[in-house]
Amino acid sequence: MTTQHRRWAVWGLAGVMAVSSGAAFAQGAVADEYRWLTFTVFAAIITLTMYITYLAAKRVKTASDFYTAGGGVTGLQNGWAIAGDYLSAASFLGIAGLISQYGYDGFMYSVGWLVAYITVLLVIAEPCRNIGRYTLSDILAYRNDPKWMRIVGAISVITVSTFYLTAQMVGGGVLVKTLIGIDYEISVIAVGILMLAYVLFGGMVATTWVQIIKAILLVIASLVLVMLVWMPYGFSLPAFLQDVVGDPKVQAKVASLLGDSAKNMSAAELGQRFLEPGLFFKNPIDQISLGMALVFGTAGLPHILMRFFTVPTAQQARKSVVWAMAIIGGFYVLTLFLGFGAAKHVGPAAIAAVDPGGNMAGPLLAQYLGGGADSFLGNFMLAFVSAVAFATIVAVVAGLVLAAASAIAHDLYVGVYHGGDVVPPQQQVRAARIATVVVGAMAITIGIAAKGQNVAHLVALAFAVAASANFPCVLLTLYWKRCSTGGIVLGMIVGTVVAVGLTLVSPNVTYPKAVREAAQKVLDGEPAKRSAIDVALASGDAQAAAQANLDLAALDKAVKKAQDDMAKVEGKDTSIVGLAKPLFTLKNPGIISIPLGFLAVLLGSLLFRDKRSEALWPEVYARQNTGILASKATSH
Amino acid sequence: MAAPPNIDWNAVIADPRFQTLHRRKQGFLTGLMVFSVVFYFLLPIGAAYFQDLYKVKVWGVVNFGLLFALSEFIVAWVIAFYYSRRAGAEFDRLAAEIAATYEKGGA
Repeated sequence: MTTQHRRWAVWGLAGVMAVSSGAAFAQGAVADEYRWLTFTVFAAIITLTMYITYLAAKRVKTASDFYTAGGGVTGLQNGWAIAGDYLSAASFLGIAGLISQYGYDGFMYSVGWLVAYITVLLVIAEPCRNIGRYTLSDILAYRNDPKWMRIVGAISVITVSTFYLTAQMVGGGVLVKTLIGIDYEISVIAVGILMLAYVLFGGMVATTWVQIIKAILLVIASLVLVMLVWMPYGFSLPAFLQDVVGDPKVQAKVASLLGDSAKNMSAAELGQRFLEPGLFFKNPIDQISLGMALVFGTAGLPHILMRFFTVPTAQQARKSVVWAMAIIGGFYVLTLFLGFGAAKHVGPAAIAAVDPGGNMAGPLLAQYLGGGADSFLGNFMLAFVSAVAFATIVAVVAGLVLAAASAIAHDLYVGVYHGGDVVPPQQQVRAARIATVVVGAMAITIGIAAKGQNVAHLVALAFAVAASANFPCVLLTLYWKRCSTGGIVLGMIVGTVVAVGLTLVSPNVTYPKAVREAAQKVLDGEPAKRSAIDVALASGDAQAAAQANLDLAALDKAVKKAQDDMAKVEGKDTSIVGLAKPLFTLKNPGIISIPLGFLAVLLGSLLFRDKRSEALWPEVYARQNTGILASKATSH
Repeated sequence: MAAPPNIDWNAVIADPRFQTLHRRKQGFLTGLMVFSVVFYFLLPIGAAYFQDLYKVKVWGVVNFGLLFALSEFIVAWVIAFYYSRRAGAEFDRLAAEIAATYEKGGA
């Protein structure tokens, strides 16, 4: 770290501050007069993490320092960092939101995100620590042809990271805009620059600490909220839930979800229904498919895999997963209270009014618990939760960019371009930094270009590709003697192509014809509905008139949406791949693409034998089980 | 890879201690993995096909489905704890013994 670098770091910090404070404001969840509170909390978190980056930057001298913090992270630290890397805004805000809108199904959804770590713990973490170095390709290249492995591994890592990154950047931009009203583009750039400052100067050391700090803040914020929500009930689960299902706002939400079938249900039955399955998940096969992608995909996520190279031994890798499971699982249990608490206190409809996906459940609950929208404490708590959400996005994005940059610099540049020749450490670090800037710039560009796109399914797609391509390849190269270069190449290609291909022909993609037909139906039905409302308004019955006014507002909203949809699909008849309707009816490809990925590795290995893969099997198998030379592997 | 000491890897995996480690570990891991995957998928499958069971109230308004979902967390933690205890007490010791023998012998 030179003086010049340090000066850059300071300028970067100043730049982010300037961008944040000079930003153009629109209406956000935080009221104008309390916005300074949010920025104060933001500034405190940014200052703390920047100071750590400044300290970390002095320690980044070699490629090992940059990619893996020199392998010097402890199991406990790594456990927190994994939690910080994994608990993205989607799980922090998304799952609480899902529970606040759909009750039981939202909670059931969170289970898969934790169970995923059993796969990581039992079959992936320790072997990868024992034979790996910096990247996913390092594991594959140990016994299979290095050049091929680095090419297919890097492509897969970049694909998975880009999907995940796009979802984070777009989701983050929308989130910051909704919370504090900063322009979408400016929030995307702010997230990008801040993340670049951490990764560029502090490498894995700074990224690790940013993730640890964010995870600790997240847990503290959630614990405080849950205490406030649960304490009035003497920490009794049935008493708390009794109050949730007895709430008219919750009962009204269930009635609107069930539609006609709710007509014969009592208020108590409607409330109880909130604790029963089926309000969100309609297709069990789709749900199982999603579960498979989560449970097998996490073990193939490059930014999670990379975290196991930062600890010195297999024992520390194991310890880090156990800690991560305690933190992540504990957090999801807290989310149960956040989601149900928000449904009771704020109300599902009020939450959806701010953000249709329900993402504002947690922040709005914080505001309510602090004393409401007009109180100082309420706004302080909203500000704190908003700042944590911002830190969450930055920390996850930093991990993703580091993983993608390592694939470019370490696998493609050093491994393929230099063909494994010795590249001086300084040149390796420079390559890593250049790759970081390239990936960071790409993330910002994609984030801005994808404005307004529905990217929610991209996270599920990233998991599906990781489960269908990376997971079978890593698992079989570690545990199957006959696994060969041909098998891995075929597995990577088939897993990625099938998962992406099925998604492109699935209901996730927009089908203009279907959109137009649905919109037309709304517009066609409008006159009849409008006259019915007019009749009700003219009837003189106060109750009927009140209902009619509500119906009128809903109708206006539906018509506006239908008109917008019509304009969006104007002149288009088919989806981006030229289809009129989905070929594949599931939203999640995992149930097909994961078995096909495994099959491709098996077939490819049996068809194309590879002497090197087989000759090195005893070495790989002995090392992954015993850790022989593992400690030495980190020191060179 | 930087040049490691010459280790006869075939001898390592033929070592009876390695064979013991391999056998115990493989059986244990396969069993736990299969159990955890089956137990996890029972939750969404049950939610889809056994809704009446999930609706049975067990503890105030808390129904079977909610307790089952909570039990998934407990089971995941127990598996993690159980595995790391067995690995720490048994697998690590065997692995360290093997590593000590061959790292010394080969250097």
